[in-house]
Parts: sequence; C-alpha cells; structure tokens
Amino acid sequence: MQYIPNILFLIALVAGIGYFTKNIRKVIRNIKLGQEIGPLGDKKQRINNVIRIAMGQSKMVVRPVSGILHIFVYVGFIIINIEVVEIIIDGLFGTHRVLSFLGVTYDYLIAIFEVLAFLVLFGVTVFWIRRNVKKIKRFWSSEMKGWPKSDGNIILYIEMVLMILFLTMNAADQQLQAIDAAHYTKAGMFPISSFISPLFEGFSEATLIIIERTAWWLHILGILIFLNYLYFSKHLHIMLAFPNVYFGKVVPKGKFKNNEAVTNEVKLMMDPNADPFAAPAEGAEVPAKFGASDALDLSQIQLLNAYTCTECGRCTSECPANQTGKKLSPRKIMMDTRDRIEEIGKNIDANGEFKPDGKQLLGDYITTEELWACTTCNACVEACPVSIDPLSIIMEMRQYLVMEQSAAPNELNITMTNIENNGAPWPFNQMDRLNWKNEA
Amino acid sequence: MSEAIKVPTMAEYMAEGKQPEVLFWVGCAGSFDDRAKKITKAFVKLLHKANIEFAVLGTEESCTGDPAKRAGNEFLFQMQAMGNIEVLNAYEVKKIVTACPHCFNTIKNEYPELGGNYEVMHHTQFLKTLLNEGRLKVEGGKFKGKRITFHDPCYLGRANGEYEAPRELLAKLEVELVEMKRCKTRGLCCGAGGAQMFKEPEPGSKDINIERTEEALETKPDIIAAGCPFCNTMMTDGVKGKEREGDVQVMDVAEMIANAEEL
Repeated sequence: MQYIPNILFLIALVAGIGYFTKNIRKVIRNIKLGQEIGPLGDKKQRINNVIRIAMGQSKMVVRPVSGILHIFVYVGFIIINIEVVEIIIDGLFGTHRVLSFLGVTYDYLIAIFEVLAFLVLFGVTVFWIRRNVKKIKRFWSSEMKGWPKSDGNIILYIEMVLMILFLTMNAADQQLQAIDAAHYTKAGMFPISSFISPLFEGFSEATLIIIERTAWWLHILGILIFLNYLYFSKHLHIMLAFPNVYFGKVVPKGKFKNNEAVTNEVKLMMDPNADPFAAPAEGAEVPAKFGASDALDLSQIQLLNAYTCTECGRCTSECPANQTGKKLSPRKIMMDTRDRIEEIGKNIDANGEFKPDGKQLLGDYITTEELWACTTCNACVEACPVSIDPLSIIMEMRQYLVMEQSAAPNELNITMTNIENNGAPWPFNQMDRLNWKNEA
Repeated sequence: MSEAIKVPTMAEYMAEGKQPEVLFWVGCAGSFDDRAKKITKAFVKLLHKANIEFAVLGTEESCTGDPAKRAGNEFLFQMQAMGNIEVLNAYEVKKIVTACPHCFNTIKNEYPELGGNYEVMHHTQFLKTLLNEGRLKVEGGKFKGKRITFHDPCYLGRANGEYEAPRELLAKLEVELVEMKRCKTRGLCCGAGGAQMFKEPEPGSKDINIERTEEALETKPDIIAAGCPFCNTMMTDGVKGKEREGDVQVMDVAEMIANAEEL
C-alpha cells in the first residue's frame, strides 16, 4: 500500500511525458511536410545567434519593460526546472528533498528558486495587467479575438498557479520542519515563502502534511499539464525558439531568396541553343510550382516559424501597413500558416495521407488584400525576438499570385509591362535614360 | 541646357581602352523622375569635385528588377538581372555606387547568385569613404546649425544594416541632427517599398507616408534628410499634404553636401 503514491506518480509522469512526446512528434512530422531546405552553412553565425538572440534574449530587451519581465519568467522557468528534477526523484522513490545532502548549496538553491518564483509571479502578473487592464493594442488586434486571447491568459494563469503552489509547498514544509515532523528533512532557505508560512502557524501536523502534499502534487501535475498544454497553445516557443533562431536568416535582410525554379526557366529562355518547340523529355520532372499557395509549398523553416510564433505581436505593432489601418498583420500570417499546417496534419491523421480538402492558405486564410499591403520593409523581421520571417511567406504568396495566377493589382501589371518593355517602371524609353545630363 | 554636365559612359571609357574607378548606377528614378534627377546631378557634381573617374551605363542601364521581384514577378526580375549582369560583366565592372537603396540592395545581395559579383556601395557610404580618405572636403556651409531629421530608407537600414554613413555625413555638415522616435532599426517605412510606389495603397485609415511625415514634422525640422529617391518622393508628398512645403524641405544627403558647397 505504501507504494501507491509512487506508482501513481510514475503513471502521471509516463502519461504526461508520453502524450507530450506524441504531440511533439506530430509537430515535427508537420514541419517536415514543408519543402526541404538545402545545406545551411554559416554554422558559427547561427550558433552565435542562438546564444545571443535566443539564450541571451537580446531582441526581447529592445522593449525594456516586457523584455526584462520576460527575462524573469524565462530565467525563472529554466532554473526552477532544476527543482523539478528533485521533485521527480522524490516522487518516484518516496524520498523528500533528496538533494538536501548538498547542504548549504541546497539551501542557496532553494533560496534562488524562491526568489525566481517570486519574480516569475511578479512578471506574469504584470503581463496579465498589460493584456487585460492596460489593454496594450497589440494584444487586442482583430486576430487576437477569441481563442488566441484566452490562450494567452490561460498560460499566465497556469504560471501564476504553479508559482503559488511551489511557494505554498515550501511554506508548509517550513512549519513541518519546525515541528520536527518525521520525513521532513530540515533543509532549505525560504526568503519568500517565509512570508506565507506564518499563515499556517499552529496548524496540526496532519493538516500541514495535507497542505504540503496537496501543493506538491498539484505543482507537479500542473507542470505536466502545462507541458501538454504547449502543443495546443501558442506557447511552443519555449522550446522551438532555440532551433528557430538557429535556422533564422543570416544573410542581409534585404536579400530575398532566389527562386531556383525560375532561374532554370530563365536560363532556358536565354539559351540561344534551346529548342523552343522541344517536347519535355520522357519522364522529365514536372516544372516546379512558382511561389506558394498553401502551407505545403512553404519551406520547413517557414513552418517551424509558424509553430514558434507566440503571438506577441511585436511584428504587427511595427508593421507600417498595420499601423495605418491596413488589413495586413504579420502575426496573422504566422497564425494562419500554423492553423493551416495543423489542419493538414489532422487531415493526414484522419486519412493516412493528405486528402485534398478544397482549401488552401491563400484565400481561405490569407487574403490578397493582406499580401498586397506589404511594403517589404522588414520591420516585422527585425522586431521578432525569435527570428521569424513573415515577409518570406508574403513574398512567396505574391510570387504565386503573379506567376501562377497573373493576379497582380492592375497598376503593378502596368509597372511590370513597363519594366519588360522599356526597362523602367514608368513608360520612359530606355534610350532617354541619359537625357538628364543635358537638362538644366 | 545652360550647363550640361560631363557624364562619361562605360562605352566611352571602353572606346578609350580605360576603366573608370567606379560605375555610377543611376537607377530608374534617378534617370527619369524630375525630383530624383536633381539628386543624380548633385551626386555627379560631388564625384567631379572629388576627381573621381566614374562612368554611367547610360542607355545600356535597365531597371534592376527590384520592383518586379518585390511584386512577386521573380521571372521578370531574373530576366532584368541577367540582362544587366551581362552588360556589367562585359564591361568588367568591379565597383558600383548608386544613390538608390533599392538598386543598391538588389545588385549587392541578389545579383551574385545570378552571376553578378561587384563591390556595391550606397552613395552615402561612398561619400563617407571619400571624406575619410580626404578626397572630398565638406564643411557646414549653409546647413550649419539647421535642425535635420534623417529618415532611414528600409533598404539601406534594416535591409543592409547601414545606419551610420548618412548620419556621419550630416554630422560633417554640422547640422543639429534630431532623431525621430522610430529611427534606425525601428525606422518606419515611407510606404514606397515592395512595389507600393507603383500602386494605390490598400484600404486603410491613413497613408504610410503621411504617418511618417507627421512623425518627422514632430521633430520640428528645417529639412527632412533622405537617402532614397522613393522615400524622397513619399516624404515630399507628405510634406505637401501637410501644407508645410513652405518651411520644411525634403533633401537627399548628397544634395545637402553639394548645396552646402554651393556646387
């Protein structure tokens, strides 16, 4: 009978981690549905970026208030996870504060955890106020209505509850240590929970144990629930931010990708020896589609971008089109891409392979009005704290619109005709290019 | 026609069996747009003043393809690029300077993969080098002490990380540089990029150039300095829209340097 808690703990742990692993594998499979990426190169620069941008949060602090609060939460969660190691060992083997043999080090560790827990609680509370009381604009844009808004708040609530449980557990533990309760090792330093602890003064040992155990169990179960909530929320960035930054753009932001499929066609066109009437060779590859109309046309990096986006909206708040009331929101581009690839993933789960569903990213999720509002200014790319590139998706969808569908806005068709005919976006003759030198 | 300036072409250099130090890529705006032509001429004057052996392609120059690529017409872009690269390579061009950040970005970043490898400089970078090398001297002149705000062109700033060259030039003019709230990495676009220059904006509450001009005017500038012919147009239109053309000018950094010297 005495092993029941350990067995229950093991079951919770295996189920929690198992279900999470299953969903993460789904994410990885979905990302791999994207177009393969060639050799990456620039490994040094990429690792450097991960250290600076992802680990060092360098882009977060561009906005100091949210940046510093985010560092509290980020550091808090990473460091407090060391405590989770102890909790898991204690849970599996029925020990209590198994790492307390570390002595003074342990005391300081617990003290640090507590301070961080407090900072996390503080940060998360301010985040909640910024979202719900101050109503900062980027959290109230149209794409944030409904689930995305609740999602953001749910995450904050879970984090608050987890931190409160952790501190409550320590507070009760202190009282138990004070009354020399059996099994409750005297260990730890409690700079924060010592303020909660007086609330439990005079409670019987049994009550204290119930409080401590309840908080302990809810805390670890909460962590497992949170872990599994990640996949269903916008919160995967806590893991994906690192690979995403690694795969982020390392060339100048102004360098847009060269479309190889087009290069092949253009070279063929410019080749004087090419036979314009030649039929494609037997078994020749079907020419690649130009640009992207659906999530499957996007690259694996772009899909990873979509799963990484945590909907902070810094991109959208910097977007000149969005700031002047246009429909375009780079964040929505990422949210739509994720929703669509998830939909494709579910379709595959249900049918074994992707069964055309009559839908696509272009039109059903992202409208042409959004795409044509972009000035390609790279403000969104610059703003993203985790190196997401919404602009690349916009560009590939424009390519599809123009090259596959001839669906450019009319003025742009005229511009392009001019470029094609007279080498300038305006209807001036190429032969007049140097006339300026003779004009006073 | 009073004072035709001397603008040699690559063809002329080649006929003499010579190579200029640098090719000045004028760009479509610089060739055809009345406002931008003034920037072109100002820059040419500075090149002459610094005794730079330069040439232009003249009638052999064609659109880099930037607006086509940004509009999604990769096909047209690559056709333009390959045509231009053939001409540039035939003349064995090594170094290019341009007063247009869009041409600058495209030739510098997007031509190499299509076979065009050159050292490409924005004119503010080039002028900065000339100053540092002592080949060009700039003094405050008539802009000394004037309030100037600099509008970062997206394709020079964020796209290529160059924020300092134009500012260093302005510093040489001894102006009082006042930054807008959104500047450098967070500079707001003028609204022209991504081929928006050539189309009506999508429906919205405001035009981007008005938003940006309002921000620039908040700094109470005498002059809004720009480094891109398209930004120049957008900001000029914005200033006109705000009926401030009487007291606020929009000028390219190169024009300011040329004017300071009364060239």
